[in-house]
Amino acid sequence: MMTGQMAVERSAVGVQAGGPVMQSRGCGVALRGVNKVYRTQRMETLALDAIHLEIPAGEFVSIMGPSGCGKSTLLNLIGLLDAPSSGQIVLDGEPITSYRDAAVARLRNRNIGFIFQSFHLVPDLTVVDNVEIPLLYRRLTNRERRKRALAALERVALSSRVHHFPSQLSGGQQQRVAIARAIVGGPRLLLADEPTGNLDSHMGDEVMGILESLNEAEGTTVVMVTHDPKLAERTARTIRLFDGRQVQ
Amino acid sequence: MLRNYLKVAVKVLLRRKFFTFISLVGIALTLLVLMVATAVADHALAPMRPELRSDRMLFISRMVMRGPNSTWSSAAGYAFLDKYIRTLPDVEGVALATEPGTAVGFVDGVKITSMMRRTDGAFWQLMDFEFVEGGPFTADDDREARRVAVINETTRQRYFGRGQALGRELEVENQAFRVVGVVRDVPFSRPVSFSDVWVPIGTARSDGYKREILGNFYGIILAHKRADLRGIQAEVQRRIKEVPIPDPKEYEDLYGGADTPFEWVARNLLSSRDDDSHASWLWGILLVAMLLFMLLPTLNLVNLNLSRILERASEVGVRKAFGASSRTLIGQFIVENVVLTFVGGAVGLILSALVLAALNRSGIIPYSQFDLNLRIFAYAVLLALFFGVLSGVYPAWRMSRLHPAEAIRGGRR
Repeated sequence: MMTGQMAVERSAVGVQAGGPVMQSRGCGVALRGVNKVYRTQRMETLALDAIHLEIPAGEFVSIMGPSGCGKSTLLNLIGLLDAPSSGQIVLDGEPITSYRDAAVARLRNRNIGFIFQSFHLVPDLTVVDNVEIPLLYRRLTNRERRKRALAALERVALSSRVHHFPSQLSGGQQQRVAIARAIVGGPRLLLADEPTGNLDSHMGDEVMGILESLNEAEGTTVVMVTHDPKLAERTARTIRLFDGRQVQ
Repeated sequence: MLRNYLKVAVKVLLRRKFFTFISLVGIALTLLVLMVATAVADHALAPMRPELRSDRMLFISRMVMRGPNSTWSSAAGYAFLDKYIRTLPDVEGVALATEPGTAVGFVDGVKITSMMRRTDGAFWQLMDFEFVEGGPFTADDDREARRVAVINETTRQRYFGRGQALGRELEVENQAFRVVGVVRDVPFSRPVSFSDVWVPIGTARSDGYKREILGNFYGIILAHKRADLRGIQAEVQRRIKEVPIPDPKEYEDLYGGADTPFEWVARNLLSSRDDDSHASWLWGILLVAMLLFMLLPTLNLVNLNLSRILERASEVGVRKAFGASSRTLIGQFIVENVVLTFVGGAVGLILSALVLAALNRSGIIPYSQFDLNLRIFAYAVLLALFFGVLSGVYPAWRMSRLHPAEAIRGGRR
């Protein structure tokens, strides 16, 4: 169940939970001639080479490719965690012109949710406190923050574990907490970096199911890096990378 | 948000208990020393009995006469104070008192050494002594050179045991005085009012002091209001320059000034040889000393914090990914560090109370009654805050500089 305010936001853009996406609330992403070069004193490494990419709002795409081909770099650029060496990234038709810390932090907070392979939960915080993290950087009361975090945990069926610490949970449960954290702020773009990489197939399937339902029900754009061809098949489109270049 | 920060702060502290313990000991000991020093300074400078109105008082103490070949510095002389200071316009009062000097007396053949100072009648009007018996002597007593004395409780005990002292005779420096009042002990750290025995100036054996420009007197000026202090200081300066030098062949100029309690300390501590009390110098020296003293524990804490940050790279990355700006993270880390220093500060405060109680009992500073009042508690909070921010800023800045993508990768290892 979504909280009141989030539900209002969604109904405003005409999303019907569970039904076909008539008008997506997702965030469209475009990459125009994006290069990423890592420079050290001795050498330069071209991590991404002239990437042109169009991901319409509400699409579920997967990114595949061998290790070191630039998948995570691509995801970091889309997520504004890193700046391209050249080229442009466009979110919802708005090119990102400034990578000033506060500006991109705000964009990330409002629009993007991240799911990592190794969960990256803060071990010192309880499940619900972890889920609240994205909301700490918004003007909300403690009560409202807690309400939204509990609602997000309910969506990933973890209401019974809110006061547990991450170390007390299984891998699958931890990843579900991470998903709750990623969606608590109602992001329009979800970026998942091998979200099932550390899970067995059953738990991986469960996590994939949650991502699919978010995409279908909310129209959230999902970009997922994966090594698993079976998971990639379940997405609308697969982008393949090799040596920093888009091959398909 | 603050609650979340505090939770993380406490958890992080508990994660590495030994390091936390070491940090806390360092912080507590540093703050202990600073708090004890603050308590002693507060005890000496803040308005309290009998110098209850010291925030409106100016003191003339050390003066200097300088010539091409000679310099003479000492307390002010009676003649100077009487002619130039007692006549100051628009002040609430002016009082004169000698420096305290050793005075010997005998009770049943047993030698008793006390401190004695001679004062005028106005002294008792300007100071707020707490009398347990009788009252002060008056301007009349001083003028008529009546052999009367005010003594403190310790002197009463020494001379008269447990009995009353009022009206009884006290022999000090081969002079007999009739006790007219007994006051509570005044701590040694109050050098303008401290003594064991106070007697009228007029009872001095000779009247040679009446002709001295430099001598062994303090002048005490009470202003109507604090705003008047600067004006009075300027007037005193002007008057000092009017004083004819008694020995023009040897000396050319007279220097000195009317000082606030802090300026008084500066002038005497730094042996000022001109009109300026050099209070700003003393502030500077105290500030540098405090910073140097804090430097080592600060560096220790900075180092410890830096290693903690590396442990928490993943958390930093995640917070950044989810919208924390560098500034927010700096704030979070400083809050965590301030929590640590406040815990250290609380331990330091408890230790200071114990040390001050031990100091009071030891009698190192006669009649001292150091305690931790609200003002010192406020200083302690400020000190802990300053320390927390000082040792948190650099690690926090380093933390905020972590690149989110790399921080997350670093956390994965």
